Amino acid sequence: MVGLEHYLILSAVLFSIGLYGALAKRNAIIILMSIELMLNAVNITMVAFSRYIVPLLLTGQIFAIFVMVVAAAEVAVGLAIIIAIYRHRETIDATKINLMKW
Amino acid sequence: MGVSVAFWILAIVGVMAALAVVLLRDVFRAALSLVLCFLTVAGIYITLSADFLAAVQVLIYVGAISVLIILAIMLTREVQRGSPSNRLQVPAFIIAVLFLGGVVFALLNTPWAVSSAPPLEPTTPAIAGLLFGEGGFILPVEIAPLLLLAAILGAIVLVREK
Repeated sequence: MVGLEHYLILSAVLFSIGLYGALAKRNAIIILMSIELMLNAVNITMVAFSRYIVPLLLTGQIFAIFVMVVAAAEVAVGLAIIIAIYRHRETIDATKINLMKW
Repeated sequence: MGVSVAFWILAIVGVMAALAVVLLRDVFRAALSLVLCFLTVAGIYITLSADFLAAVQVLIYVGAISVLIILAIMLTREVQRGSPSNRLQVPAFIIAVLFLGGVVFALLNTPWAVSSAPPLEPTTPAIAGLLFGEGGFILPVEIAPLLLLAAILGAIVLVREK
């Protein structure tokens, strides 16, 4: 029988994969995709808690909806920044975008 | 029983798709496997009896966000260069594995107060009541469109031709 721990472990695995991608990749779009993976993992956690701890309150599902709103705004602004950087510098390699590096 | 089988299939396909996102060399194929991962997450929501969230997941992530990401990949011509890793590949892998181990250890050793009540079905009226009703989340609901408006304006200003 599938329980709360199964969902939490699945979400931890997805979050770790996203964390690895966000830290180890050079392509800025892949980094953004990894961040989306991490947000999805967090959403799974919140819906699982909502289902198993307080099945009648649905608070976790409301939080998941707001996380989706923020994720949509984040991906729109993030991709706009990536395209603006590409226009100026002809690259989206995150290791070469070091203008603000001290 | 059926929920267990569905969960295991969705979990395995979802983790495989997520691994493909970070391991594939081809950026476009990585984006397509990200779409597959979003779809399996929608299926996971259905096994958690969150029907409204599953529909929202398909609409927003599979419909809108993946289209935005694929559009950005098409606009930036980085497809030929693939998706190489930087010098931090090994430390990042170690950090991710350590994080996973810590989280799994913590959640297996926590006594969760699991409720035995059956889940609410359908969830849409209850979510509507919570979002718009008395004592609910009406203030965040009013702030969310402001955030989206600011994001849209910011995106337009950022990519506008000078």
